[in-house]
Amino acid sequence: MTGLPAEAAQTAVAPPARWRGCILPLVLFGLFAVAPAFARHGGEGYILALALRVMILGIAAMSLDLILGYGALISFGHAAFLGIGAYAVGILMSHGVGDAFGQLAAALAASALFALVTGAISLRTKGVYFIMITLAFGQMLYFLATSLAAYGGDDGMTLPRKSLVLGTRILGEGHTFYYVVLACLVGAYLLCRAIVASRFGRVLRGTRENPVRMQAIGFNPLAYQLAAYVIAGALCGLAGFLLANQTEFVSPAFMTWQRSGELIVMVILGGLGSLHGAIIGAAAFVILEEVLSRITELWKMIFGPMLVLVALFARGGILGFFRGLRRG
Amino acid sequence: MSATLLLVQTLNGLQFGIILFLIAAGLTLVFGVMDFINLAHGVQYMVGAYFAAAFVAWTGSFAAGLALALPAALAFGLLLEVVVFRHLYDRDHLDQVLATFGIILFLNQGVKAVWGAAPLLVPIPPALSGSIELMSGLLYPVYRLAIIAAGLAVGGLLYVLVHHTRAGMLVRAGATNAAMVSALGVDIRRLFMVVFGFGAMLAGFAGAMVAPILSVEPGMGDNILILAFVVIVIGGIGSIRGAFLAALLIGLVDTLGRSFASNILRLVLDPSMASQTGRAIAPMLIYILMAAVLFFRPTGLFPVKR
Repeated sequence: MTGLPAEAAQTAVAPPARWRGCILPLVLFGLFAVAPAFARHGGEGYILALALRVMILGIAAMSLDLILGYGALISFGHAAFLGIGAYAVGILMSHGVGDAFGQLAAALAASALFALVTGAISLRTKGVYFIMITLAFGQMLYFLATSLAAYGGDDGMTLPRKSLVLGTRILGEGHTFYYVVLACLVGAYLLCRAIVASRFGRVLRGTRENPVRMQAIGFNPLAYQLAAYVIAGALCGLAGFLLANQTEFVSPAFMTWQRSGELIVMVILGGLGSLHGAIIGAAAFVILEEVLSRITELWKMIFGPMLVLVALFARGGILGFFRGLRRG
Repeated sequence: MSATLLLVQTLNGLQFGIILFLIAAGLTLVFGVMDFINLAHGVQYMVGAYFAAAFVAWTGSFAAGLALALPAALAFGLLLEVVVFRHLYDRDHLDQVLATFGIILFLNQGVKAVWGAAPLLVPIPPALSGSIELMSGLLYPVYRLAIIAAGLAVGGLLYVLVHHTRAGMLVRAGATNAAMVSALGVDIRRLFMVVFGFGAMLAGFAGAMVAPILSVEPGMGDNILILAFVVIVIGGIGSIRGAFLAALLIGLVDTLGRSFASNILRLVLDPSMASQTGRAIAPMLIYILMAAVLFFRPTGLFPVKR
């Protein structure tokens, strides 16, 4: 289940496939862009909140896909970065720093630094041990957050308002915040695309397939993996910054290990190693959660077995499923 | 006074470590022999506790309830193995994470659907209730001592099984090189199934043993699963001996850390600062320990030799 089949499929089909590769992401972003116009006809607040959640978790899942799908680094502590981004907003705001740019800079710097330190230690280990050590770092941060009595401890804290932009409350007005999040999503997507297509991305994929050979032809796999880990951490920090602003609430629940598991589920559900697959996975996850929880309070009894079925039969997730249909 | 507290907390830590060992033993075998990440091991512990609660209430006797809960936990583990897990042995870790995560979601709500969301209480068996005086001024609950004794007995039994029986030899061989064992004509699938069922029963046994001292509730296995992973990673995956020592270590560090971290910090920091940092650091201690162990020994303290 590495990304190989996906790439093989792309090269196997003639040039028009290049276009086809762009259609799905374009449709996806187009849908997000027109959602506010459609939502005007009813249930506006509800639909937009749902779309916002999808986009924000989409950024988080996509950042995980960057290291999981392209680097085969199974991080089980990715939600920690979501928490760092969110707590950067909450902690700075409680000290009177309400400016969005200051908070964003702090969120990105803190998550990148945490990724650099923990990544340097974690990447010494391989396979299952890597999964577990990233989990340990995530848990460390979770327990640290629960013990921060000054910042709400276990219960978390409610933010007085969204972040300020140049002293104005523009993020709280109309659809501004929605389009800011959409811009972040598109920006993050383009950045990840560029990274994956670059020489750096090719080396990263090379280390996924065979680190020893990469080393033999003169690359240091560890440096590339660490750089990817830091980029992914910072991007997820951005998602945390946005999440805190959307919910106007920050709590340790943002970084439980179950949340890290959910991010992995989103990436696999959408289709590993395709970037927009992670966004589709986030959408599928959030929408299924909404729809099923309306049918029954015990919706996880339906959702759980669905995940098992996806793991057993739908290799390559939702994208892989459709690719299979097209090929017949 | 302080020495008494230290002794009590040490015993508590031992008891916690023993429970962790019962859970981690199955996990490390499944992990080591089949290279299978079973996130659902924690819910098997939970299911064991629920079985115990249900059977104890039904029979009115703890011993009879336990005697029924064990085969039920075994049967449940085998059922999961046949329906889901055996189809995932050849897959990569991500598929296993996805599927077993789905099973966690299903079972956490499943027990809620069957037994309700309210915690179930299991009475401590009368023969093991009350406390005994270990030394003057030190009263300790008999039941917790019984858990320690039962855990040590199971640990001894496991040691004999793994090191002095033919099945145990195959398990050890499987942990070292499963493909070679299979090539030598051993039905590796059946071996996997036995190991899996046995691990599920051990987790269920741990759940049943703690049922009288903890509340039996949905999600009770989620956090202990993570601790069990910490144990097997520190101990070295596939190593029962490593799991045993790491479980005791984690149990002691966690329990003693939570009660004494502030006191120790008070030696170097002022009191309010010390109690704050102590509370922050105590729950993180075991994860710091794990990161440190993996930093110096990337495959744990007692890696299985390959």
